Amino acid sequence: MAVDKSMNVLIVDDYKTMLRIIRNLLNQLGFDNVEEATDGAMALAKLRQGTYGLIISDWNMEPMTGLQLLKEVRADVKLKHIPFVMVTAESKTDNVVAAKAAGVTNYIVKPFNADTLKQKLTAVFGEF
Amino acid sequence: MPSVKTSLVDDLTRQIDAARQAQPGLSREEVAEIVEEVVKSLGGAFSLAEINLYREIDTLAKVIQAAKREIVAVRPDEISDRHIPEAAIELDAVVEATAKATGEILDYAEALEKLGATLPAKARTQITETVTGIFEACNFQDITGQRITKVVKTLNYIETKIGSLLKAFGEELGDLPPLPEEEEEAPVGDAALLNGPQLPQNANSQSEIDAILAGLF
Repeated sequence: MAVDKSMNVLIVDDYKTMLRIIRNLLNQLGFDNVEEATDGAMALAKLRQGTYGLIISDWNMEPMTGLQLLKEVRADVKLKHIPFVMVTAESKTDNVVAAKAAGVTNYIVKPFNADTLKQKLTAVFGEF
Repeated sequence: MPSVKTSLVDDLTRQIDAARQAQPGLSREEVAEIVEEVVKSLGGAFSLAEINLYREIDTLAKVIQAAKREIVAVRPDEISDRHIPEAAIELDAVVEATAKATGEILDYAEALEKLGATLPAKARTQITETVTGIFEACNFQDITGQRITKVVKTLNYIETKIGSLLKAFGEELGDLPPLPEEEEEAPVGDAALLNGPQLPQNANSQSEIDAILAGLF
C-alpha cells in the first residue's frame, strides 16, 4: 500500500529546534502537511480536533510525557489506530520496553539522521 | 604523658603532704587510715576504664566542634545562596545561547534549501544533501539541553542536601566562630582580566563598547 504523503503528521517536542529539524526532514521526505505541538496536552487537543496519519513525539516533556501521550492515544477509540513513533534521547532498555508495552509503533533514538527517520517510516508505512 | 593512675597518686601524695604540714602530729597509721577512707569513698565511682571513656568522649566532642568549625569555614550558606544559583543561571544561559545559535543555523539552512530549489537538478541534490547534514547536526542542541537540565537537577539536589545539613546543625552552627579563612589568591595582572563570557544582562553590547572606546581616545 502506497503511503499517502499528503496526510497530516503531528510532531510533538518541547524543543522548538527539534520541531524544526523533524519538520524539515519530513518535508525532504515528501511529507508537507506537518503540524507541531510543544507538549502532550497540546498534542491531544490537536489530535482530537483534526485527522492525522502519523504522530512523532519526544518522550521527555512536561507536564505530560511522550509516554503518557502515547497511552492517552492508545486509550482513545478514535485515535488508537494512528502510528506513533517515539523520537527520544531515552535509550535505556526499560524505556523501549515500556514504550512497546504502551503500544509504540517505532522508536528513534536521538541524535538521529535523515536515513534513520526514513527507515523507521518505511517500517511503519512500507516503501515510499 | 602521665597515666590517670599516676596522676591520681601524685595528687593524693600532695594532699597528704599538705595535711602533714597542717597537722605535724599525724602518725603514719593515721595517714594510712585517711588514705584508706579516701580510696573507699572513690570505690565504684570512677574506675580507670570510666575515666578513659570520659576522656575519649571529651576528645570526640572536641573533634565534633572542630568539624562544625570546618563546616562554618566552608560557608555552606554561600554555596546554596550564591554559588549554586549562579551556576544554574550560567547553565541556563548556555541553553539559551545554543538554542538561539541553532535557530540561526536552521534559518540559513532553510534559506539555502530554498535557493537550491531554483538550481539545476544536480546542484539541487547537492544542496539538499548538505542542508540535510546541517539539520542532522543541529540535533546536538536538544541533547545538550537535556544534559544541562540533568546537571541543574543535580545542583538543586546538592543545594537541598546542604540545606538539610544546615538544618541538622541548627543555630549552634551559627554560634561557632569560623576557622580562619584561607585567603583565595585574587588573580593579578592579565589573569585578572580572564572572566570568561558574561551573562547577557551583565555584558556590554558592541555599541556600548564602541562608546567606551570612543570615550577613551
